[in-house]
Amino acid sequence: MDITFKDVSYIYQKNTPFAHKALDRISFHIPSGSFVAIIGHTGSGKSTLIQHLNGLITPSEGEVLIGDVRITNREKPKDMKTLRSQVGVVFQYPEHQLFEETIEKDIAFGPQNFGISEEETNERIKEVLPMVGLSEALLGRSPFDLSGGQMRRVAIAGVLAVKPRVLVLDEPTAGLDPRGQQEIMDMFYQLHQKEQLTTVLVTHSMEDAMKYADHILILNKGKIYMEGRPEDVFTEVEALNKVQLDTPEIIQFMNKFSKRFNMKIPFQRQTPKQLAKQMYHLFKGDERT
Amino acid sequence: MNNLIIGQYVPGRSVVHRLDPRTKITIIFFFVIIVFFANSFWSYFVLTLFGLTSMFASKVPMRFMMKGLMPVWFLIVFTFILHLFINKEGTLLIDWSFIKIYSSGVIQGIAISMRFFLLILMTSLLTLTTTPIEITDAVEEMLHPLKRIKFPVHELALMMSISLRFIPTLVQETDKISKAQASRGVDFRTGPVKDRIKAVVPLLVPLFVSAFKRAEELAMAMEARGYQGGEGRTKLRELKLSKLDIWIYCLFICVIIALFLTRHYG
Repeated sequence: MDITFKDVSYIYQKNTPFAHKALDRISFHIPSGSFVAIIGHTGSGKSTLIQHLNGLITPSEGEVLIGDVRITNREKPKDMKTLRSQVGVVFQYPEHQLFEETIEKDIAFGPQNFGISEEETNERIKEVLPMVGLSEALLGRSPFDLSGGQMRRVAIAGVLAVKPRVLVLDEPTAGLDPRGQQEIMDMFYQLHQKEQLTTVLVTHSMEDAMKYADHILILNKGKIYMEGRPEDVFTEVEALNKVQLDTPEIIQFMNKFSKRFNMKIPFQRQTPKQLAKQMYHLFKGDERT
Repeated sequence: MNNLIIGQYVPGRSVVHRLDPRTKITIIFFFVIIVFFANSFWSYFVLTLFGLTSMFASKVPMRFMMKGLMPVWFLIVFTFILHLFINKEGTLLIDWSFIKIYSSGVIQGIAISMRFFLLILMTSLLTLTTTPIEITDAVEEMLHPLKRIKFPVHELALMMSISLRFIPTLVQETDKISKAQASRGVDFRTGPVKDRIKAVVPLLVPLFVSAFKRAEELAMAMEARGYQGGEGRTKLRELKLSKLDIWIYCLFICVIIALFLTRHYG
């Protein structure tokens, strides 16, 4: 589903002394099937922005288009449930939303709310469990007996079981161990490709953004600060440093490399291995001449 | 949730903000009592004058204050109407077959709603201009004499400040969880009442779980920093009465004297 924001502003506690403008005339377009990373500091408006994606909040000004659903200050879609079944949101620390007696019931909660039959729900549970790396033996246990990492996986399974067309991820790996982070992100990426989902990832990790996203949005103080392909955005080192953002390690390395050896390798989203090969050829070529 | 202002502090540097919280609490305590002594037009006039003057002196935006008092307006209007119809003394003013309105009903109605208005105005002014920490500090200080009879003053104040401190956190948490559950298809707003009551379970369970967890973490963090109760604990901010407080006390005493004068001669 295409996602379009047209001049969207959002003001918290409007008309009180506490009024605070979280989003300031934001416009962008996300074509269906793309993987977008939203990067920005705490308070830059990331969380506010993603809450517009499934109609949790409506813009104070401007309009939001999700597929062919239009949300403005005045008009709310009558059928919010359908929108929410199509846009799945994994919030920060999603394990805080668990409440059922068993893991099975908790995963089934979403699908049941959206009117999916019991058999279909059971099938989906069996489908999503291996994806998040949990075994079926756990299904009868209480989610509160699990470790934090496992609870996270249950919560994510609960969102995936709804089979959304748009997946919104708000720092889904915050607080997990490095291996768990890798596993979860790889799983989201595979799912994104296999099901041709539109994915919106909010993250602090430049590495993740570069590895998975094909489009980057950088927010600063409620405005879009930079936007574009990762190879274009991440090479603007100075502009990024200005808003206290780092560049991915590989780009830091390549910049140091070009300074030290006075040689330039264009950044084309190489993996470290590919980069090593390029460097190898470069040095070899030099030796020949 | 946002238009109920009771318990919400509006930052500022006005006269009312700068008063010692003990002064404010004392004055409001006695104000609440003397409101019930008012019995004539002029006695109400004195009290209202005092109430409105404090409101304007506080510089809390009028519109914000009135909007916040909205839920209580209903109560005020309701008591007024109730008095209008029920009181059957004095001269008959209006007589439409079954609706009969008497003069003392009108007067009583106005008087009682005025009392309500003044009480709520003053008490919400306290919380609007005083931070929760200041209030608990003041309460601890004022209850200090009770320590002699082994009343746990410090513990009570600590409980108060912790619960006040965590109200916004809980509100935020509720908002977050209800949004997460709404994303999973819970509908809190429409549908039959039975379904809506059921929809509260996925909200309350995570809320309690996180509240207990937070309490445990807080207790641990406090002990790790050497907290052992109030014994021998010093204060970062000492409350001190200033000249301003003394002036305000004098002013308030004048108001009380004026009230009793108007009560007897007005």
